[in-house]
Amino acid sequence: MKRLIALLFAALALTGAARAAEGGIPWDRFPAAKLSDQAALQNGARLFVNYCLNCHSAEYMRYNRLRDIGLSEAQVKQNLLFATDKVGETMKVALDPKEAKAWFGGVPPDLTVIARSRAGANGSGADYLYTYLRSYYRDNTKATGWNNLAFPSVGMPHVLWELQGQRAAKFVDEADPHDPAKKLHRFAGYEQLTPGKMTPLEYDNAVADLVAYLQWMGEPVQGQRVRLGVWVLLFLAGFTVIAWRLNAAYWKDVK
Amino acid sequence: MAEFKTAAANAPIGEKLMTWVDNRFPATKLYKEHLSEYYAPKNFNFWYFFGSLAMLVLVIQIVTGIFLVMHYKPDAERAFASVEYIMRDVPWGWLVRYMHSTGASAFFIVVYLHMFRGMMYGSYRKPRELVWIFGCAIFLCLMAEAFMGYLLPWGQMSYWGAQVIVNLFAAVPFVGPDLALLIRGDYVVSDATLNRFFSFHVIAVPLVLLGLVVAHIIALHEVGSNNPDGVEIKAKKDAQGRPLDGIPFHPYYSVHDILGVSVFLMLFTAVVFFAPEFGGYFLEYNNFIPADPLKTPAHIAPVWYFTPYYSMLRATTDFMVNVLVALVALGAVGAILKGRFGGGAKVGIAIAAVAAAVLLKTFDAKFWGVVVMGGAVIILFFLPWLDRSPVKSIRYRPDWHKIVYGVFVFFFLVLGYFGIQAPSALNETVSQIGTLVYFGFFLLMPWWSTLGSFKPVPERVTFESH
Repeated sequence: MKRLIALLFAALALTGAARAAEGGIPWDRFPAAKLSDQAALQNGARLFVNYCLNCHSAEYMRYNRLRDIGLSEAQVKQNLLFATDKVGETMKVALDPKEAKAWFGGVPPDLTVIARSRAGANGSGADYLYTYLRSYYRDNTKATGWNNLAFPSVGMPHVLWELQGQRAAKFVDEADPHDPAKKLHRFAGYEQLTPGKMTPLEYDNAVADLVAYLQWMGEPVQGQRVRLGVWVLLFLAGFTVIAWRLNAAYWKDVK
Repeated sequence: MAEFKTAAANAPIGEKLMTWVDNRFPATKLYKEHLSEYYAPKNFNFWYFFGSLAMLVLVIQIVTGIFLVMHYKPDAERAFASVEYIMRDVPWGWLVRYMHSTGASAFFIVVYLHMFRGMMYGSYRKPRELVWIFGCAIFLCLMAEAFMGYLLPWGQMSYWGAQVIVNLFAAVPFVGPDLALLIRGDYVVSDATLNRFFSFHVIAVPLVLLGLVVAHIIALHEVGSNNPDGVEIKAKKDAQGRPLDGIPFHPYYSVHDILGVSVFLMLFTAVVFFAPEFGGYFLEYNNFIPADPLKTPAHIAPVWYFTPYYSMLRATTDFMVNVLVALVALGAVGAILKGRFGGGAKVGIAIAAVAAAVLLKTFDAKFWGVVVMGGAVIILFFLPWLDRSPVKSIRYRPDWHKIVYGVFVFFFLVLGYFGIQAPSALNETVSQIGTLVYFGFFLLMPWWSTLGSFKPVPERVTFESH
């Protein structure tokens, strides 16, 4: 029996070790502390409404849910409500899908649960978005003039370029150590072409705020869920102690 | 029909009420037969929690399911949105939905462990064959229930998973394409498919499932529970006809199961509240993208609980079919040379083997993949007759039998792991080995289960009081 259980654990350990990474560039870690920072979330909401919501919808997200990150309905109406006048509406977009297809080659995806959908072996969905929004570079071979290291040949142009400035990516050709006949096209850093309104540090910070908002919007209840979970587990721990003693009290009769 | 009883005139009101009821419905009789006077062996161990836990998860799924149906829309245009509506706008909807999605995975964890318990202690052996068969039918229903339920959120994995699995039916010779069309109700997975899967998921399959659960328990209570020693407690009874090693299910095992339930609920709620996606295994990341019939995901993987069987499906390539042909030939030659059969039987074996080989090579490997996948579940039904060992419990089998079980479990987990991964050459080879081990374990059981030196089985169960 013990050997059997040991075997089971060995099998589980093997499955853990064999979990290989998927392709693409490694993802930077999204600073998760932003999720509990209301100012960051509010700034993220502002960036989202100003930069993303023109083309992307978030059609399962209601404006008045923004109360959960500390905004009043009046504040939402005054500062964030551009596409509708009802604060109970969801974040729809006026972009015509046909025109979107002509401009970008596809309809921009809805962003309500985008952070949940993009997780993978390289990290969480927030990690991906944090990397993606900081990996744009100028590429004149593309229709939009932009390319992205985390999402090669991306359809979306660099919407935040005014903040970050324009960058070019430097590549070097190297011999493949595994196959000398092949050349590797390796990324060797960015080159700032024009300055942005923000310093690189400020830009990273702004993107982190935006990603924090996207992560929160994917599941607005996530903070409450964890807080409630602690109480539920505490209750069950107490209940388990009672169940354990009750069981022992009955079973002391069984000889 | 029982005789009509009358309570004494001065009896308490409760007794009068129960007498009135019992004269019309066997309430007290049922309570005694299934709870207070159902004698269960006193030596149950850890593995015996999973039966009652399976029942608990079934109740969780039904109750949360009822509330989900109140808000869910089985409509290809609105299904995905209605799930997000449940997650955001329905009060406590997120909790109900996470309990249901976590419950699906928990159901399989609990049921796999419950089945493994039965295998270890020979709980399927005479006279419990029907308990086991009802259980296997429950497992089959559960797979259908989970598969159809997974389409309902209408995400990319829901859609393409269903597309892949329904297309498998198209591999059946002659009737395949029509069969797939009948299941889908359309030429691709569509609104029609969603509607019929919804109907099956919320009413048809649960009805059958509940009926089978009742049959499973009635059959169990008729023959009595097995135990880790595989000793029949009914063989030794006291003067009142109660098994010496039996204790009333209620209160002893009811308080015992409450302890199991509360520990289980701690694990369950930890997932629900802290990791409802469970790293993409309970809720796949791709399923947060609405279904798009025009965009096939790069990698389609079923949810973890189907992956051992999915691996077997993928392992059945043309090469694997050749291996199967070789194995059929070897088996037939072995049976003819070594087996103690008459001349006529030997000719029969030869003809059957040739026919099997021809069939294997005639139909597409994809079809045999479906047969292998289905056969992997169907073979469980025959376990009571495949096991020929003189003892029930693994405790009294030769030590090397434990290694055989260990290898079986190991390969089952490995198959599960490779079913999640993208296809590769290594994946294919390992899955093929795993598939052969899985079937070898069962098909060779009539032979290996009789081998080795068995330990003496005690007269009474082994039990140390707490």
